[in-house]
Amino acid sequence: MSEALTIEGLVKQFGGLTATDHLSLSVTKGEVHAVIGPNGAGKTTLIGQLTGEITPDAGTVRFAGRDVTGLAVHRRSMLGLARSFQITNVLADFTARANVALAVQAHQGHSFRFWRKAATDQRLIGPAEEHLATVGLADRAGVTASSLSHGEQRQLELAMALATRPAMLLLDEPMAGMGPEDSARMVEILKRLKGDLTILLVEHDMDAVFALADRITVLVYGRAIATGSPEQIRNDPDVRAAYLGEESADA
Amino acid sequence: MQMIRVGFIALVMLALAVVPVVANAIDEPFYVSLFTRMLVLAIAASSLNLVLGYGGMVSFGHAAYLGLGSYVVGIGFYHAANDGMDWALNGWMHLALAIIIPGLAALLIGAISLRTRGVYFIMITLAFSQMLYYFFIGLERYGGDDGLSLWYLSDFGSVMDLNDDSQLYYLAYGLLLLVLFILYRLVNSRFGMVVRGAKSNERRLMAVGFPTYRYRLVAFGISGAICGVAGFLMANQSEFVSTSEMHWVHSGDLIVMVVLGGMGTLFGPVLGAVGFLMLEQYLPELMEGVCHIIGGSSCGIAGEYWKMVFGPLLILIVLFARGGIDGLLQGKVGRNV
Ligand SMILES: Nc1ncnc2c1ncn2[C@@H]1O[C@H](COP(=O)(O)OP(=O)(O)OP(=O)(O)O)[C@@H](O)[C@H]1O
Ligand SMILES: [Mg+2]
Repeated sequence: MSEALTIEGLVKQFGGLTATDHLSLSVTKGEVHAVIGPNGAGKTTLIGQLTGEITPDAGTVRFAGRDVTGLAVHRRSMLGLARSFQITNVLADFTARANVALAVQAHQGHSFRFWRKAATDQRLIGPAEEHLATVGLADRAGVTASSLSHGEQRQLELAMALATRPAMLLLDEPMAGMGPEDSARMVEILKRLKGDLTILLVEHDMDAVFALADRITVLVYGRAIATGSPEQIRNDPDVRAAYLGEESADA
Repeated sequence: MQMIRVGFIALVMLALAVVPVVANAIDEPFYVSLFTRMLVLAIAASSLNLVLGYGGMVSFGHAAYLGLGSYVVGIGFYHAANDGMDWALNGWMHLALAIIIPGLAALLIGAISLRTRGVYFIMITLAFSQMLYYFFIGLERYGGDDGLSLWYLSDFGSVMDLNDDSQLYYLAYGLLLLVLFILYRLVNSRFGMVVRGAKSNERRLMAVGFPTYRYRLVAFGISGAICGVAGFLMANQSEFVSTSEMHWVHSGDLIVMVVLGGMGTLFGPVLGAVGFLMLEQYLPELMEGVCHIIGGSSCGIAGEYWKMVFGPLLILIVLFARGGIDGLLQGKVGRNV
């Protein structure tokens, strides 16, 4: 089995607070690896260090067989690492189609192309509309992102990540703030992606986690207190005590 | 509303096209120079709009590129007049250098400034332009503080004669159309999408793989180059080159023109420049007139205080019509962007 992503001894401190505490973790190619943990456990901080937005104080991140610890955000994207944001982070005044088209464009060579109109460029629009269809937004392509519903914006987040044709997706609570219907739809979408892509999934929605994950890591105060199959995690007494509590019994 | 907007803009552009004809017909050649200034500032404001309106980069130093462009003409003239270097008046060379030098200066200044954000960016662009301002004041040879009066203008041989106000006007008009066309292509190209995207959400753009810095920098360089063209025209229009054009106040004026006309729209800065100069020209007379009507005494003084009305008026327009004049034409009133 080959590893898509390997984290070793990662440390990140914010002042006196240790958000990532000597964290080691590996994600196998093709698996859905869920990272769960209470609020403030350091999940978003972890993703930030994987994408390069946050510089770790110590430790290494290896992706696709190379050390990417010091690599700039856009370079990691080029290597096939894509993320979605916990708090929707799209181009609010662009249409859904233009949002995705820009993500497509980022991976079609440099953009020092000054003359041809981008909005009618089939090499951008074609793939953009395919990715919108993948996430179920085909009929919303022309709508300004800020006018989309919350659930639709979450789908757009995912479409933008997919449009970079990544090898690995880092999803930071893709179901955040969604109602049960939208959540179920998102689970279906992710199920279809499973296998083609390696996915690191941060999510509070336990139904979604247990429906999708091959392996789960539990993060508490920046430390991984357990890693294992959904079954193992469900029955781990430490995890139950620290995090899952009562609600896990029937999850 | 779209009809009104397109119609109005077409009307303004058509009216601008016939200014010299009308001015000569009614024997008021003064209008030709007033409107040439409008065209020149429309080009400068359009160049600023590329970075400010489309790119979200609030440059408070665009007067520097205007000044550099005009000094190309001034320095060429100086050497032609004093050292007998006739070739230094070559208009094509002036035009080329007035694109290249301000363009390179903008790349250099942008390379440093664009590493900062927000207020810091504003202050750094301002600081660089003031540096250039004092640099040219120190250049005694080229007039220093007093500037240079140009007895000869840029020489285009038999192609055109810039001493003829109408010909200079149509050169400015042609260049404005060209600049607008280039900007239109630019902002709708792949490059333009990155620059506009970076204004909307730079973090997201980096996350999908764009090295946004270099695109913003090139946009800044292009903006400086276009602004240099305006400087070239300005020198030939005023037949005078001085540091005063580089003063930060003019950078502020350019920002006001862009905001007044409508940021991030193609024709907004043109409307802004025309509106700004119209107000500057006619507000004093208007105020004096109003003063007489309401029966005030010593109304000459009322005309002198026009700036006290001008400033608040601009603020009102900007607050009331967030999209500037162009926004008003689209029916955007109030706080919607
Ligand atoms: N830029 C920052 N500066 C200071 N402290 C920070 C910063 N970012 C995060 N933190 C702190 O680090 C800890 C981990 O935050 P993080 O956002 O990674 O948690 P999380 O697991 O994603 O939580 P949630 O489930 O609420 O999204 C929190 O205590 C948070 O307050
Ligand atoms: Mg988080």
